[in-house]
Amino acid sequence: MTRDTLVSFEGVVKRFGAFVAVQKLDFEIKKGEFLAIMGSSGCGKTTTLRMLAGLEAPTEGVIRLAGKPINDLPTWCRDTPMVWQSLALFPFLNVRENVEFALKMRGVGKAERRRRAEHWLERMQIAEFAERNISQLSGGQRQRVALARSLVVEPEILLLDEPLSALDAALKVRMQSVLKNLQRETGITFVYVTHSQSEAFSMADRVVIMSRGKIEQIGTPQEIYRTPRTRFVADFLGSSNLFTGTVRKAGAGLELDSPVGRLRLAGGAEAGTSATITVLDTKTHLSVAPPAGNVNAVPVRVIGEEFVGATATVYLETAQGQEIRVQKGHDELADLPLGIGQPLFAWWMPEDAHLVAEG
Amino acid sequence: MSGAADLNRNRAVDWALMVYILLAYAFVFAPIAASFVFSFNSDRFPSLPLGEFSLEWYRAVANDPLVWQGARNTLLVGVAVGVISTVLGFGAAYTDYRYRFAGKQVYLALALLPPTIPVVILGLAMLAYLSRINLSGNALSVIISHVVVCAPFAMAIIRLRLSQMDPALEPAAWNLGASEWAAMRHVIIPFCAPAILGALFITMAVSFDEFAVAWFVSGLNETLPVKVLGFLQGQVSPRINAIGTFVFILSMKLVILAQLLLSGRSARVPEKE
Repeated sequence: MTRDTLVSFEGVVKRFGAFVAVQKLDFEIKKGEFLAIMGSSGCGKTTTLRMLAGLEAPTEGVIRLAGKPINDLPTWCRDTPMVWQSLALFPFLNVRENVEFALKMRGVGKAERRRRAEHWLERMQIAEFAERNISQLSGGQRQRVALARSLVVEPEILLLDEPLSALDAALKVRMQSVLKNLQRETGITFVYVTHSQSEAFSMADRVVIMSRGKIEQIGTPQEIYRTPRTRFVADFLGSSNLFTGTVRKAGAGLELDSPVGRLRLAGGAEAGTSATITVLDTKTHLSVAPPAGNVNAVPVRVIGEEFVGATATVYLETAQGQEIRVQKGHDELADLPLGIGQPLFAWWMPEDAHLVAEG
Repeated sequence: MSGAADLNRNRAVDWALMVYILLAYAFVFAPIAASFVFSFNSDRFPSLPLGEFSLEWYRAVANDPLVWQGARNTLLVGVAVGVISTVLGFGAAYTDYRYRFAGKQVYLALALLPPTIPVVILGLAMLAYLSRINLSGNALSVIISHVVVCAPFAMAIIRLRLSQMDPALEPAAWNLGASEWAAMRHVIIPFCAPAILGALFITMAVSFDEFAVAWFVSGLNETLPVKVLGFLQGQVSPRINAIGTFVFILSMKLVILAQLLLSGRSARVPEKE
């Protein structure tokens, strides 16, 4: 454990009866970082957050906050406020009373309470709604009340459980930048649970990807995007093409003997083993003629095309039926014939492919 | 009414339903209305045509010390029953909301059982039991018996309210530094306040009107409904109409108040964005 570690999970296991929600969690959260925990529903991300909040007790292992074990500390004795998916604002209190709640529970005097709440109401730009009822607020305003209510105690760490999932797309993007700026300005450690890749990758300094109660990969968004460590991560992100086969020697280098043909490897694998490589869809290229040079090329047919803003995704299929995706700017695709059924070559540089662990 | 709804309606059906509702209400409320009208009638026997308008029966009731005693008993019992039933009902409802435990279904079934027992049997059983422990024949025995009947109503009302609560609300309070007691006081009770008051008024109203059990266990401390039966056995007196009108108005007030609380603005669950 290093000096800038705020939270550490040490061999943490959580079982509900026979069901294992979280198995052997070992990781650290650094002081002042924005950490996103991502995974599909049931992967254990929310259970992990709730254990940190003190709403669930670990079955095994130790959770430390600032070096001290907090396993036996009830949630009201920890300073680990949480922003809930439903926001869980108190409907019978107005905005100001909601924000003052945590201070009141800590026995802070009336004048002091009001002063500190005022600061956060202004900071979250909801001071003008201070006397309103929660039911009179819009979704974005409620979001800000929930943040102010948690931050008013000026905690070292803030836990967020999919807080943006109820908002529409435009508001979601706006709240993302509000959250990111807030985190940067306050220096408070944010732990943000989400199933949304765009939320996690656009805000977080580091991302934890979980599946079936285990951590698949921890890293910066760039690391995870460029070099997914496991097949699960590559599949989950959905931005890579995967090829599996047997590694064999070919002259000085190595080759992957895969169903779509022999693919040159940049290295890192051992001959005789089975391996999977991933190639980003943005690093996969298309051409009408077979490409020249030391590249991997696979003959494919166009099966579809999808436009997302400035880029387009072309869906292709090999003769063996494997789907390949290519993502490009519209300019780069302008000269290619992309009618359905059009034969093309998909190709990439061997060094743009990465080996991933099976699983 | 929007245009599309108007377009797709059959006027004949509308009328038929309207008449049906009016007839149904007339059937239900006619006896009460008749009692109300005859309570202001000077004639000794309820017959048409009506005699003169008169407050004589109200005067007679007001001057009868036995009626006052019955009213006092009814009020005392009603308030005590309302408070005790609501406290017990809240406890039972919260237990159901908060905890999972073995035998919970049995616990719930038992808690909600008393109103399904025929009142004569319940009254008889209460009398037998309370006299054995020397508690029969006084106001306390009526209170105990009525709590048995009323607490399940309070539980049902408060349970419904708790089921509308965001399950994250209580943990959110803990997470913000509230101990379990503080969360109870600052979150659960304020959230349930409309239902708690509603339960208080409804259980009071049930107790005011309850006759059979009270008849068995009240002894000399008769409540108003028991007293009314006494009047009826001796003679047919329009005083009964006066008492009936008074009790009806009081009960209705409580029920309407409860209804307003339970469906009013304050009770509405905030809709999700």
